[in-house]
Amino acid sequence: MNEFAFYVAAAIAVLSTALVITRRNAVQALLYLALSLIAVAVVFYGYGAPFIAALEVIVYAGSIVVLFIFVVMMLNLGRRAAQAEARLLPPRIWIGPAVLAAVLLFEIVYLLARGPRLPVAAAAIPPRAVALALYGPYLLGVELASLLLLSALIGAYHLGWRRQPFPEVRDAPPESPAGLDSGRDSVRAGSRRSAGAA
Amino acid sequence: MFGIVRTIWDVFRHGFQPRVTRQYPEQPAYLPPRWRGRIILSRDPDGGERCVACYLCAIVCPVDCIALQATEDAAGRRYPEFFRINFSRCIFCGYCEDACPTYAIQLTPDFEMSEFRRQNLVYEKEDLLISGPGKYPGYNFWRVAGVKIGGKDKGESENEAPPADLRQLLP
Amino acid sequence: MVSPHPLVSLLAILLLALTLASGLIWFERRLLAWWQDRYGPNRVGPFGLLQVLADMIKIFAKEDWVPPFADKVAFILAPAIIVVTVLLSFAVLPFAPGVIVSDLNIALLFFLAMSSLGVYSIVLAGWSSDNKYSLLGGMRAAAQMLSYEVFMGLSLMGVVLLAGTFSLNGIVRAQRHLWFIVPQFAGFLLFFIAGLAETRRLPFDLPEAESELVAGFHSEYSGMKFGMFFVGEYLGITLISAMIAILFFGGWLGPGLPPLLWFFLKLFCFLSLFILMRAALPRPRFDQLMAWAWKLLLPLALLNLLVTGALVLAFLPRR
Repeated sequence: MNEFAFYVAAAIAVLSTALVITRRNAVQALLYLALSLIAVAVVFYGYGAPFIAALEVIVYAGSIVVLFIFVVMMLNLGRRAAQAEARLLPPRIWIGPAVLAAVLLFEIVYLLARGPRLPVAAAAIPPRAVALALYGPYLLGVELASLLLLSALIGAYHLGWRRQPFPEVRDAPPESPAGLDSGRDSVRAGSRRSAGAA
Repeated sequence: MFGIVRTIWDVFRHGFQPRVTRQYPEQPAYLPPRWRGRIILSRDPDGGERCVACYLCAIVCPVDCIALQATEDAAGRRYPEFFRINFSRCIFCGYCEDACPTYAIQLTPDFEMSEFRRQNLVYEKEDLLISGPGKYPGYNFWRVAGVKIGGKDKGESENEAPPADLRQLLP
Repeated sequence: MVSPHPLVSLLAILLLALTLASGLIWFERRLLAWWQDRYGPNRVGPFGLLQVLADMIKIFAKEDWVPPFADKVAFILAPAIIVVTVLLSFAVLPFAPGVIVSDLNIALLFFLAMSSLGVYSIVLAGWSSDNKYSLLGGMRAAAQMLSYEVFMGLSLMGVVLLAGTFSLNGIVRAQRHLWFIVPQFAGFLLFFIAGLAETRRLPFDLPEAESELVAGFHSEYSGMKFGMFFVGEYLGITLISAMIAILFFGGWLGPGLPPLLWFFLKLFCFLSLFILMRAALPRPRFDQLMAWAWKLLLPLALLNLLVTGALVLAFLPRR
């Protein structure tokens, strides 16, 4: 892959990430996030890591961001949510951290520009090499990560577990309608009259 | 699980069964003789119009799709000056045929009367009149009705006794 | 066989895929009719073949309506995404030896990546329409496609284990002696079910369930934007059928006939199978769909992978 493609992908990644931060509409922000992930995948591919690039798209862009979008769609945020967002974040709140972050960014760019330049196109790493590395020297790390994920899975299952306190709630007869407004005009056989008599 | 596979197999086998579709314009549909389709006006065996413009069909019509105007010719024979059926309204119930005292209005086994313009579905008398007697070949209303018209006096109809002479006492 | 230039392959495959997808509309209607004891479209042109042309003229001439309440960018982007992602997947399919646009060494992963990006189209269409039914359809699509993607990938790993490569070309060549349908029958079934759900075909067309959600995620679409969803769906079926042929039935391999012919023969067999599913099966309830995915099919896929891995480790020589 030539350097031009790399720079284009990198520029898209940076730009779309900036747009993720500045969008007020959550779904639009997530779309830019997906775009930035795909751009990063292209960068990975350019660096000779096709396996990681594919996984990046499958797992991050294809599943996790879709899950985020799914949740946002469930919440059904409208125009008012964007306005609330705008009220919560006026410029004077974020301008301080932004300046500091910009200083850091400048520092990083300066250091990178002075350091030795890495070649854009390295040798391609086939999936077999990734697998051998994961299940060879890094076996312990993989197992630890899988344990962590398992505990997270069990935790999520526990949170999602809904105990049914009253098993027959759905089939129970409705509550006494005496306090309800609806049906006040209709004559219910005997009920009100007997109550008045008592 | 077995039920799903069985369903798929049964549906697949349907590909080898005869089709139920009839290719309509090429293979015309069978219509029974008493099918209630396009309405016609029939004629006497001798060629005269059967319709006597009695308005019974227009009155009985539940959707008011029949319009006509009665008139009389020189011989005293009643006939419709115009006779109009709006087939975009007609529901082909057949009440007009039942009501008709002279078998003039009849429903035929024909339904292919689509038009691009709604106005073309209003049929005039010349569209409705056919040349024959329709379902009742020998019947001629004016030959059996005891009415006097040109060329036929009272009592001259079929199966009709001559009128009683009121000025005579003899039976 | 002399292999054509990649650019020629690209144009030919692009043209072929689009023609095939639109021709499938006619094919599906005829086939459904055949199974339902009817004739299907047979009036326009010989055997009704020009019906597709008539439909296309109609759909191009229709009003292209963007609702004023819709999120315009996402609304217009959504139908393009699905066609683009599916067409990109066609780039890595080996139709015959040499007839391939790009022989990627991670072609299988590329296919999975593209099919997972295809979800965006449906979700965006559902969200941007700003319509209750569309939103419900989009949410259903997101949940369904996410769940079925998981074991779609897992069901293919058995094939990868046997072939020892992600390259589709390599997978086809690995089936010279034995098609993978024999050792990987469970994988084939799982992949087929996942493919049905992934292309949102009946019986898994819950995102657009007409009887409940009007037309689901594309309720608000009209004209050629709707047509893009339609073509995208048929392209998806073609893609999954081609993948089944390549991964489990030896792709272009076969005795006698030329390789390209073998490939298309197999392709049409699986296209017909997809349509047979539509003709035969009713739509499940949504909770049943999700329960199957997570409680039945995912464990089965894992079990299949485990057994295959154990057998490969025990019997196949180390590479």
